[in-house]
Amino acid sequence: MDYSQFLIMHEELSLLAVIAILFVADLIMCPDKKSGRGTFNTCLPVVLLAAHTLLNLLPCCEAAETSAFGGMYQYTPMMTLMKSILNVGTIIVFLMAHKWLSREENLVKQGEFYLLTLFTLFGMYLMISSGHFLMFFIGLELASVPMTALVAFDKCRFESAEAGAKFILLALFSSALLLYGVSLIYGATGTLYFSEIGVLLSGNSVLSIFGLVLFISGMGFKISLVPFHLWTADTYEGAPTVVTGYLSVISKGSAAFVLMTVLMKAFGTCALVEAWNVGLFWIIIASITIANLFAIRQKNLKRFMAFSAISQAGYLILGVMDGTAQGMTSLVFYLLVYMAANLGAFVVMTTIEQNSGKIGIDDYDGLYQTNPKLAFLMTLCLFSLAGIPPFAGFFSKFFVFMAAFKAGFHLLVFIALVNTVISLYYYLLIVKAMYIKPNDNPIATFQSDGYTRVALFLSILGVIVLGIGGVFYNYIDLFSYGIN
Amino acid sequence: MIHLDYILIISAVMMFAGIFGFLTRRSTLAILLSIELMLNATDINFAVFNRMLYPEGYEGYFFALFSIAISAAESAIAIAIMINIYRMLKNISVDELQKMKW
Repeated sequence: MDYSQFLIMHEELSLLAVIAILFVADLIMCPDKKSGRGTFNTCLPVVLLAAHTLLNLLPCCEAAETSAFGGMYQYTPMMTLMKSILNVGTIIVFLMAHKWLSREENLVKQGEFYLLTLFTLFGMYLMISSGHFLMFFIGLELASVPMTALVAFDKCRFESAEAGAKFILLALFSSALLLYGVSLIYGATGTLYFSEIGVLLSGNSVLSIFGLVLFISGMGFKISLVPFHLWTADTYEGAPTVVTGYLSVISKGSAAFVLMTVLMKAFGTCALVEAWNVGLFWIIIASITIANLFAIRQKNLKRFMAFSAISQAGYLILGVMDGTAQGMTSLVFYLLVYMAANLGAFVVMTTIEQNSGKIGIDDYDGLYQTNPKLAFLMTLCLFSLAGIPPFAGFFSKFFVFMAAFKAGFHLLVFIALVNTVISLYYYLLIVKAMYIKPNDNPIATFQSDGYTRVALFLSILGVIVLGIGGVFYNYIDLFSYGIN
Repeated sequence: MIHLDYILIISAVMMFAGIFGFLTRRSTLAILLSIELMLNATDINFAVFNRMLYPEGYEGYFFALFSIAISAAESAIAIAIMINIYRMLKNISVDELQKMKW
């Protein structure tokens, strides 16, 4: 056997090394239960993950497309870029988890949090670079099984357990549907390699269409697109806020990217492209519209962000339509910008929840009087999510719309535009609560800790710089590819 | 030899029985059993396609093996969460899992 193949998957191996180091560190330096003080803190995982990101991001320019293990593992430079984006998001999540993890009941569990998070990240890595349905399935499950443990992380809080139960039951259901679809595709073609399926699968057989539909619905559960979104709001509300942030950005983003690459590689023949265009057309319209309408009536900020995330997923999937290179660029760029804005909002929510225990939208009334800086940063993030011009959210939405428009989906782009206006309304409801609504008993003034500040700085930097500097879009564009 | 169609019909019936059980059962354990039924239907599919249509390779068998292992891991974590719920409520009916709604 040629062991040098392992070097091709150096990103995964380097992440595994990070996991191994953290595992040992957790064993040796885990905080003592009695004294409550330990050296194992947020610094170590953040530094390790940052080093891992830098190590793998830098050589990405010269690497060419390769594959290892007989095509099971595929590599394109775009994947390194995608993994680096996920890494940065995970670093922000780790930073904002500091305050939550240093609480008494979580202190002994902090090692578990890092390990579970990194294992889901490892699963997403495998899923992103898979070239075979078996690898894809293992990655998918590796991403969703530890995720369940994270959702149910607050062991003594009932909401957390309820959210975990809902998440795991629907994740199992969706993977069963997805597997059934994969088995039908196997029946139609006799192979499970994406590249071979792409050649052998014909558009007019019932088996392949049925397999495609089941595959899209299985992935739809993971991305929480509308007919399959019912778990989202409950899971997001019940999970710890930090985990909700991770779930709404990293997990969703990687699944959306994988949906796009697998559709391109395995279902890229002409007749099938038409089939998935029709399916995604209705799914996008339903996701954006229904999620927007439900978001308006929410009272809990986490539930609100859940519906906002569903509608953002709809915009994200706009980049998948027709499988063009421009669509891929706009999807990855949208994901990057969405990550900065959404994680920024979640950092603010986490720090407020940890300092005052409040998460309702009404609790944010009059936040500007007591915590003007946090209110301002939250406003920036919400403006970016809504897509107001100077911020990055506007450009990412613009590129996604442009890609879909060029692919010829004019009606779809029009409906999405109308929905952008609706979304502006409910994002501004929160801004209104923070700035205008009077409140006799607003959240008390507090100082956030250093880790939270770094996390806020990173995400706000993303919100402002990503939009103004067109470099990022061009850089992503260098690596993107379409069907053929 | 048994014809391919009959086995596929069995697996399709298992699949839809599983979906029906998932939607109608009130106990979370019964829901988990229904999901296992669905996963086993896919395993049958993989094995039978491999045996009848593409006997030159082993991809289908291996996929079935891996999917059995992974679904066992998932069931384990699902049951762990249910035990946690049972400790708090002394009940694992889905009717109790409605603290968060709409």
